[in-house]
Amino acid sequence: MFTKRMITTDILIIGAGPTGLFAVFEAGLLKLKCHIIDALPQPGGQLSELYPKKPIFDIPGFPSVLAGDLVDNLMEQIKQFQPGFTLNEKAETIDKLEDGTFIVTTNKGTQHHAKAIAIAGGLGSFDPRKPLIEGIEAYEEKGVEYFVKDPELFRDKKIVIAGGGDSALDWSIFLSNVASDVTLIHRRNEFRGALDSVEKVQELKKQSKIHLITPAEVTGISGSGHVEEIDVEIDGEQTKIKTDYFIPLFGLTPKLGAIANWGLEIEKNAIKVNNALDYQTNIEGIYAIGDINTYPGKLKLILCGFHEATLMCQSVYNKLNPGKKYVLKYTTVSGVDGFDGTRKEAEKQVVKAIN
Amino acid sequence: MDVTIKIKDREGVLHEVQAPTDMAMNIMELCKAYELAPEGTIGICGGMAMCASCQCYVLNDVELPEMGPDEDAMLSEAFYVKPTSRLGCQIPITEELDGLEVELAPES
Repeated sequence: MFTKRMITTDILIIGAGPTGLFAVFEAGLLKLKCHIIDALPQPGGQLSELYPKKPIFDIPGFPSVLAGDLVDNLMEQIKQFQPGFTLNEKAETIDKLEDGTFIVTTNKGTQHHAKAIAIAGGLGSFDPRKPLIEGIEAYEEKGVEYFVKDPELFRDKKIVIAGGGDSALDWSIFLSNVASDVTLIHRRNEFRGALDSVEKVQELKKQSKIHLITPAEVTGISGSGHVEEIDVEIDGEQTKIKTDYFIPLFGLTPKLGAIANWGLEIEKNAIKVNNALDYQTNIEGIYAIGDINTYPGKLKLILCGFHEATLMCQSVYNKLNPGKKYVLKYTTVSGVDGFDGTRKEAEKQVVKAIN
Repeated sequence: MDVTIKIKDREGVLHEVQAPTDMAMNIMELCKAYELAPEGTIGICGGMAMCASCQCYVLNDVELPEMGPDEDAMLSEAFYVKPTSRLGCQIPITEELDGLEVELAPES
């Protein structure tokens, strides 16, 4: 399963939230290439995962912007700098080479070689919230799946989905056309999701394409070596349901994870950085920006992350180009030259006599 | 004006804290202000009733604001839920809260 692929870049950014995305832009202005690793399948971090439809009111210049729109805008803003993405993978280990560069390997074995590392991991990588069922760990990847990574896994199988939010609803709908049998179990009769998803499930229930069991809770799993049966408590009564897969979808919770073992100075679940200079950590060449860092007076705000990302890029540039004379350029004056050959610039003024 | 609130942390230690009523603060934020739970283990979603990391059990009969639909829906998906469960982020600190006793639910 392990892919032996080496991705090479200037700055490896861990975390595709707003801070990580904006770092690509600032790096691009300095002609530095970026690659981003994120544990989630899409960029945007918390903004995409937790509250895409909610407004943010403190982004300078935006009286109000939906979190999802801010992510879309950032993706558009950095497009010309052609960032690479390793999504759905978690940064697991880091090795500092003799020349001061780094190799970061993900949980799936993808390797990244970079001149500097910017950890923009927010609250950490999002892990599934696991239901409190005794012995569930033993069935993980043996019938218990916390994500639907490959719907084909469930082709013509009996599946049970548990949860009451959007992902439980949406996957029940989608998999009703793939699996032979879909059961959706939720603790309440009410679901919290987009109205059309709720209505669609209602419709599929009427057509008997989804078995809806509410209010109920999965309380046990059995099977030899693989899930064969689950225990369900319906209104206080215990019953058993035969199934090939059990998919609990109770949302995600962020965990600092493997980064905690990288030898970085950690304080209150955050990485200590030098805020007087460049947001570098105690390991030279590794920076931490955005919600994941801490320093005296730290505020976990997106706008602060943008600032930190900018200074981090400057520091990396100076490190990679020692002694080089550098003057700050304004995008309005010098324009933006993309790595894709595009150029954005202010319209030239015309000098012309008016007769 | 400050009110007194008793909060049992996840280690079982009881803290009696003074909570300001004029800071638009809620119980989750109060726990953060007094660092009653490690950073990153409480108030993860910032107070949107979307993560249940501030779930607490209400231990006495101080009258609380009614549960809104978001809080109700979140608790329907959370773990370790009891009939006395509330989300701290949905309980604003007001003078009526004086004497309230809560216990933080386990991390999940």
